[in-house]
Order: sequence, then C-alpha cells, then structure tokens
Amino acid sequence: MLETLPITKEEICKPENLVYSRTHLMTDAALSYCPGCGHGTIHRMIMEVIDEMNLQADTIGVAPVGCSVLAYEFLNIDMQQAAHGRAPAVATGIKRLMPNKFVFTYQGDGDLAAIGTAETIHACNRGENITIFYVNNGIYGMTGGQMAPTTLPQMKTATSPFGRNVETMGYPLKITELIAMLPGTYFVTRQSVHTAANVRKTKKAIQKAIEYQKLNKGLSFVEIVSNCNSGWKMTPVEANKWMEENMFPFYPLGDIKVPK
Amino acid sequence: MAKVKGEIIVDIERCKGCQVCISACKENVIGMSKNLNRKGYHFAQSTNEDCTGCINCALVCPDGAITVYRARLN
Repeated sequence: MLETLPITKEEICKPENLVYSRTHLMTDAALSYCPGCGHGTIHRMIMEVIDEMNLQADTIGVAPVGCSVLAYEFLNIDMQQAAHGRAPAVATGIKRLMPNKFVFTYQGDGDLAAIGTAETIHACNRGENITIFYVNNGIYGMTGGQMAPTTLPQMKTATSPFGRNVETMGYPLKITELIAMLPGTYFVTRQSVHTAANVRKTKKAIQKAIEYQKLNKGLSFVEIVSNCNSGWKMTPVEANKWMEENMFPFYPLGDIKVPK
Repeated sequence: MAKVKGEIIVDIERCKGCQVCISACKENVIGMSKNLNRKGYHFAQSTNEDCTGCINCALVCPDGAITVYRARLN
C-alpha cells in the first residue's frame, strides 16, 4: 500500500547518509575545462583510486602540455610539469630516482601520439615501471581543434576543414595497439568515461594499473577515449553520442594486453 | 514503495550546465534551472522526489559538482 514518504530532504541529506561526494584530493579550484569535457571525470577517478589506496603522499604526477597542462591546480598531489610530449622521459627519471613513489603521466593524444611518440614508445619498450594515462579525443583541444594523429578519416577539424583525407594526411594512429606489442608493457587497456558504467570500468582499470606498478611489473598504459565537444563543435551530450557511433568502432573499448 | 530514497545536492557554482547528468539519470530527476550561476551557466537541479541515490549522475559529472545522499526507509 502506498503511503506518503515520511522523510524530508533535510532528513536524507545527513552526513551518515552520504554515498558520494567529490574526493578531497580534487582541489576546490574550478576546473578550467569546457563544460562536459571528460578530463574532469578522469582526474576525479584517478584521485579517487589514489585516495582509496592511501597513496596521496607517495604519488608524483607528470603533466605535459595540452588541456591537462593545469592539472597541478586541480590534483592535490605532487605534480611535475614536462615539456611537450616528454612526460614519459621525465617520469622515467623520477621513478628511477625514487622507486618507492607511484609515478604517473597524464597525456593527451596530441602530446603522446604526436610530439611525444619517441618518448612514449621508448619508455614502453624499456618497460619503465610507470603508469601512463592517455586521454584520446582525436583532436588538439587546447589550441583550437586542429587535426591530431588520432583524428578519424573524413573528420572535420580546423586544419582539415574538408575532412581528413587519408591519401594526403595519413591514417589515424592507434598507438595503444602499437605499444601493446612491445614486451616492456604489462597492462594495456582502452576505456571511456561517457556513461556511469564506463566510469566504473575505468576506475577498475586505473586501480589495476596502480597495483601493477606497486608490484614492479612494468609499464601500465590506460587509454581513455574522451570527448572534445568544443573541438568537435557539438553539445556535450551530442559529442558523447558521436563518440559512441564514430570513435568506438575505430578505437574499440576493452583490455588490449592483460597479464597472463 | 521504494525502500531507499536519495537526494542530490548540486554545487551550483561548480556546475557548468553540460547536461551529461540528465542523460545519465534513469529516474529523470535532474533538470536545468532557469536561473544562472555566477559564471552565467544554467545549472542542474533536482526536479522531483524519484531519486534513488544511484550516484550515476555524480559519477559522470565532469566537474564533481554533485553530492549524493541515500537513506533507507523503514
């Protein structure tokens, strides 16, 4: 039998009923990202895992150039800025000097798959014991939506206004599959954060990547396919739908290399 | 009758009005306010009492603006 609910909003919103709030490892600074950008969610998931594993004092993040360049403003951990694309090289140095710290890099596709290809591939090939978080949105977001190595064929950007022509501009680079072939990588996966279910999966992948680094297993690489609604010229909800329809067939989600 | 009842609190000044939470909410609880926050965005708000406290909206919120509470009804 239906009864009127004997509970008011004030009674529900008590500290003992709290089920979710932003982790304290995210600072109070307002995120500089565009509305609907996946970066904020990815930042929060990494910080939640670090919080749950109690690693705040032992974590050093490396953020190079790109939209994530201001990450040190938002992540309440030790951060180091690197030159464009050179985050895996900087992280290598930090990890070799301080092997007990948890060291990660946080890079976009224009950074990791273009100017930083050499550093990325060689860090992966050396099997450096670091974790790379790679945010792939198929475009240079920060500089105004130019074509990136990961831009899909026929995709329109500021520098490919008629769509990416693969005959003159080459093919999109699946760098995650490339580095999965290298013996130095231990765990390679591709996730996304556009729905709650995918956010939960991404968090599990981040957890695994951190655990493998603690066990000194080698390089863990987590790609997160994300949106860039400003660069794609769509609303955030449209961009998520477009990503499902166009990005996921080319960049299929799931684990690419899992430990035996 | 639902055995649990949830409630969301949106940090109005952090919300950028991206509406990703609206499509994540299975109960159609969240709507956009007609008012603006200090940055000039229409912010998300709870519009009815169907919230179950599933935290889906808070997980997908890029700005971490949503806090979720859930109470058991006895």
